[in-house]
Amino acid sequence: MSIIVRDPGLETTVQDTGRLGHYAIGFPPSGALDSYAYHVGNALVGNAPGAAALEAVYLGPTLEFTVDTVVAVTGADIPVTLDGEAVPTWESLAVRAGQTLAFGQLAAGARPYVAVAGGIDVPTYYGSRSTYTLVGIGGFEGRALAEGDELPLGQDAVDPRAGRRVDDADIPTHPTTAELRLLVGLHSYRLTPDSLERFTSTAWKVTPDANRVGYRYRGAELEFVPREQPFGAGSDPANVTDCGYPVGSVQVPGGVEPIVLLQDAVTGGGYATLGTVVSVDRDRLAQTKTGDHTRFVPVDLDEALTIRRDRATQLERVRGSLA
Amino acid sequence: MTDVIGTGEGTRYDFGGDEFVYVEISAEMSLPAHFASLAITRRLREEAIPGVEEICPSNASYMVRVDPDRVHPRDLVRELRRIESDVGSAASSDPDFVVDTRIVDVPIMFADPWTHEVLMRFRDRHQDPSGTDLDYGARINGYDSAESFIDALAGSPYLVTMMGFVPGLPWCFQLVPRERQVEVPKYVRPRTETPERAFGFGGAFAVIYPVKGAGGYQLFGSAPAPIFDGAEEQPDFAENDSAVFFRHGDLINFRRIDREEYDEVRGVVEAKRWRYRTRPVQFCPSRWLADPDGTNAALLEVLDR
Repeated sequence: MSIIVRDPGLETTVQDTGRLGHYAIGFPPSGALDSYAYHVGNALVGNAPGAAALEAVYLGPTLEFTVDTVVAVTGADIPVTLDGEAVPTWESLAVRAGQTLAFGQLAAGARPYVAVAGGIDVPTYYGSRSTYTLVGIGGFEGRALAEGDELPLGQDAVDPRAGRRVDDADIPTHPTTAELRLLVGLHSYRLTPDSLERFTSTAWKVTPDANRVGYRYRGAELEFVPREQPFGAGSDPANVTDCGYPVGSVQVPGGVEPIVLLQDAVTGGGYATLGTVVSVDRDRLAQTKTGDHTRFVPVDLDEALTIRRDRATQLERVRGSLA
Repeated sequence: MTDVIGTGEGTRYDFGGDEFVYVEISAEMSLPAHFASLAITRRLREEAIPGVEEICPSNASYMVRVDPDRVHPRDLVRELRRIESDVGSAASSDPDFVVDTRIVDVPIMFADPWTHEVLMRFRDRHQDPSGTDLDYGARINGYDSAESFIDALAGSPYLVTMMGFVPGLPWCFQLVPRERQVEVPKYVRPRTETPERAFGFGGAFAVIYPVKGAGGYQLFGSAPAPIFDGAEEQPDFAENDSAVFFRHGDLINFRRIDREEYDEVRGVVEAKRWRYRTRPVQFCPSRWLADPDGTNAALLEVLDR
């Protein structure tokens, strides 16, 4: 009842819905960056919503199965093979013991997800199987997968079977310019009005510094309103008195490179935050890669809540169609 | 575009996307602002409002993670305003507002060889490439030597006013009147390296780095004892089933130690028998504000019992 990692890919980790409830002592949530792809993958193989799956980035892993089971690949647009034969993504696949799942070259998006019936059954840490590599906890020994790792599988899948398929309309596309909707606010008053306008009108380019901690962008320079810094904040105009950072929040240390904080980010610090990407659009962000472009589109709270509700409704409908 | 536009004056309520409510009591750090954050977040926890998923008190602000399907963030802000008017300013004036906490003895070796080696390697990212972080901190805070600066840093207790950044890191604010508070800038450009257990200072806050990693705080010393223990091997961590030692609201006495005591503590840690010296204590913000030095002396006296 296991998977043997023959090639780990670039950085493949075990992820689930995340380690929630410990933000106040500094544990970021971790968990699958593209929540939709992760949830749909579990639904395809008959798993309960919180089962752990594999998240890869850019290069998929090569995985050998020691047991007959059912798997599904979702997320990025990437060719997948089973013992060298092309197999579809966003569809549940029967694999037999001894067969090998492998990936071709990424066509679009950035992160494929591999869901397996029963889930990846690594021990939970603080209530989650998600890997958080910065301090080496969760997942498979607190780290990204390596060649030769043997991943235990759970047995709780309900009616896993091949041939479940997601409708084309429910498969996200991955444009090379992603639009991320965000609520402007928090310390946005620290930017000049011109700079705030520039932030939302610029097509930002994803730099090589783009990972589960955060994505860094380049494309314009932003200026802070000059002020006498408040006591405790430190002297840089980008500094504020250290505070909590929402997951998805955007900061611009130095005014040059905005950073969107993601699921493995620091939970707080002293940089001014100019807004927060709505939670649903972290999925889109997770499917962008170095060199892609991104625009930040302002929305208000009501729009953000509508986006959230629409996504929940869509996911319920997809789950229903796969049951 | 935003529901709440802030100017940095007074309490600001705002939304961090669809999942967070951010409340800034004050743009500047002050103990009354922190005490308000402390009192409000404690009351909020007691009220157990459905949809309030996590409460994260911080220095002069706090953050709440919400499940917007269970409580509308705007409705939550209404509740938070009510709680603020009940307990926010009273936290600094009401003698009955008392926090049950503990005081912890935390040994620190200042001017230690490990942070010294790192800070010398990153001089090009520092405001003053010619000296050390301690020399710089002493000079800009008006001390005539690093020695007298260290005496000030270790001379009065601190309050853990925020936890986070990475798991277990305490932000510590020294319990002294404003004119005696140390303030230093962060590095011009952050270091890519900070030793595990480094004692750092940035803005008005002292920290201990739980694990090695990047960092921008001035480096003044090293703690021999762990504050993060992922495997929960040391008794303090195992007995509380916690990977982190500090809690929001802890009082800390950073005690200056020499190399000999540093090595002794390391020996105990390596034998997996390390225990912090802690004592339960009550902390009354209004009493502290009325008599900082007298209250500090009483707190430290509890630790010596």
